[in-house]
Amino acid sequence: MSGGIGRRALITGAVAGAGTLLSGCDRLGRDERFQRLLRTGEGGNYAVLRLLQDRTALAQEFRPDQRSPVFRMNGVRMPNGDDYARHLATGFADWRIPVEGLVAHPQAYSMAQLRAMPSRTQITRHDCVEGWSAIGKWTDVPLRLLLDRAGVSPQARFVVFHCADPQSNGTMYYESIDRIDAAHPQTILAWALNDELLPPGNGAPLRLRVERQLGYKQAKYVQRIELVSSLAGINGGKGGYWEDVAGYEWYAGL
Amino acid sequence: MIDLTAQAASKRSPEPLAAKGGDLAYKHRLPTRLWHWTNALAVIVLLMSGLMISNAHPHLYWGLFGANFDQLWFNPPRFPGWTTIPSTYNLALARTWHLFFAWIFAFGLLAHMVIGLANRHIQRDLTFRRADLSPAHLWQDVKDHARLRFPTGAAALSYNVIQKMTYVAVIFLLLPTMIVSGLSLSPGFNAVMHWPLDLVGGRATMRSLHFIAAGLIAAFIAVHVVLVVLAGPYNEIRSMLTGWFRVPPGPVEPAVARERWAPRIIGQYFARVERTAQEDAA
Repeated sequence: MSGGIGRRALITGAVAGAGTLLSGCDRLGRDERFQRLLRTGEGGNYAVLRLLQDRTALAQEFRPDQRSPVFRMNGVRMPNGDDYARHLATGFADWRIPVEGLVAHPQAYSMAQLRAMPSRTQITRHDCVEGWSAIGKWTDVPLRLLLDRAGVSPQARFVVFHCADPQSNGTMYYESIDRIDAAHPQTILAWALNDELLPPGNGAPLRLRVERQLGYKQAKYVQRIELVSSLAGINGGKGGYWEDVAGYEWYAGL
Repeated sequence: MIDLTAQAASKRSPEPLAAKGGDLAYKHRLPTRLWHWTNALAVIVLLMSGLMISNAHPHLYWGLFGANFDQLWFNPPRFPGWTTIPSTYNLALARTWHLFFAWIFAFGLLAHMVIGLANRHIQRDLTFRRADLSPAHLWQDVKDHARLRFPTGAAALSYNVIQKMTYVAVIFLLLPTMIVSGLSLSPGFNAVMHWPLDLVGGRATMRSLHFIAAGLIAAFIAVHVVLVVLAGPYNEIRSMLTGWFRVPPGPVEPAVARERWAPRIIGQYFARVERTAQEDAA
């Protein structure tokens, strides 16, 4: 009875089973229907976190002495191309950021105008999807101010950030957020990190901070802000560079 | 034992206390069995996709934050492809697996706890009697484990005290720690509540704890599987699939049971331990 399965058969079975499981997982992971099933987990996370979160629930803020000694730079540290080099050389004097798309009053801002607007300073933690984190102090203009001035149309559902850093496949970086996060008090366009103007490695002259999401949502080198009703028309249609090229979640709250 | 038909009852022992060696007895009820296998699948997928996530930044820190310039306490190894899901580097896909099976894991555990209270599995099988905890009994149980002396007769149908302690620690401490620590790595969840982070001292600490707890779960699985193999895998696995367990006749010669299942080297080791103990006693 208990001798029904021999030791050798058992070990062979276990090894074969493990091998099948592994290659099976890879095959399943490539199967589109199975991927859709797995991605219901992402939809669930988005729905549940939005349900649990007060719309304006704040990300944790820290004391100045709790900051990282060095705020890690990640991804592109110096955008390629003559354009960016020229802007950097002139201190971004000619950098213009249009707010356009589904808005009543499209307009463009210079860096000087943005820095003169009411600002917010927040010390928050940046969590990279890879697992590291860093705490830094950001000074910025709240995104909400710009959107209120532009008069966002009721049809607009997403805010898209078009950036100045070309990626390895040639497309420029882009990211998008929903209007709940766009209206959040800590969602800001940062022009200073730790009391100094943003260095190129952290996205000079302007980067997005959307504090309740992971690092890849924090678009650097923001060049144009567009209000849209759907993400379908933007590159791969998934709402962001990493979402389109590698399948990262659009909602990066988890 | 509750839902037995009279016919089955005549052939099989319905009353665990009356069970004798050789009887088939109903040991694990359906909810326990369902949770066991669902959870086993979820935990294995979570561990393997977790190793891929670890590969994305194999450095662990203590404190509020941690990145390449900060003091670290441990560099986990880069886990090879046969231990990870998927087998080649793909953080996005590993996260998709991980965050999907996390739901099955978390709600499975919740259901197991609720059903376990409702059908009194927890109160009956996982609580300690006063006699369980007497030092003499504990010491006896430790010795039985060290010698791989598995319970026989009716005693084989209930958990022994070390087993109870392990299951209680895993179900009520380790698995919930896994859920809270994992959820606390979410910046969205931190905006809902960050007291778990404050409690342990920050996100980098929480990430380290998540990793350590995963290691403890892996260790539990390893010991669990070894014990199943040593106790008689056919009977043990059948009882977790069908509920029915053949009561081992006792007192069994531990050496005989071992020889059947343990790799020879383990058998020789324990034979030596036992000889030494007998010589000491004599």
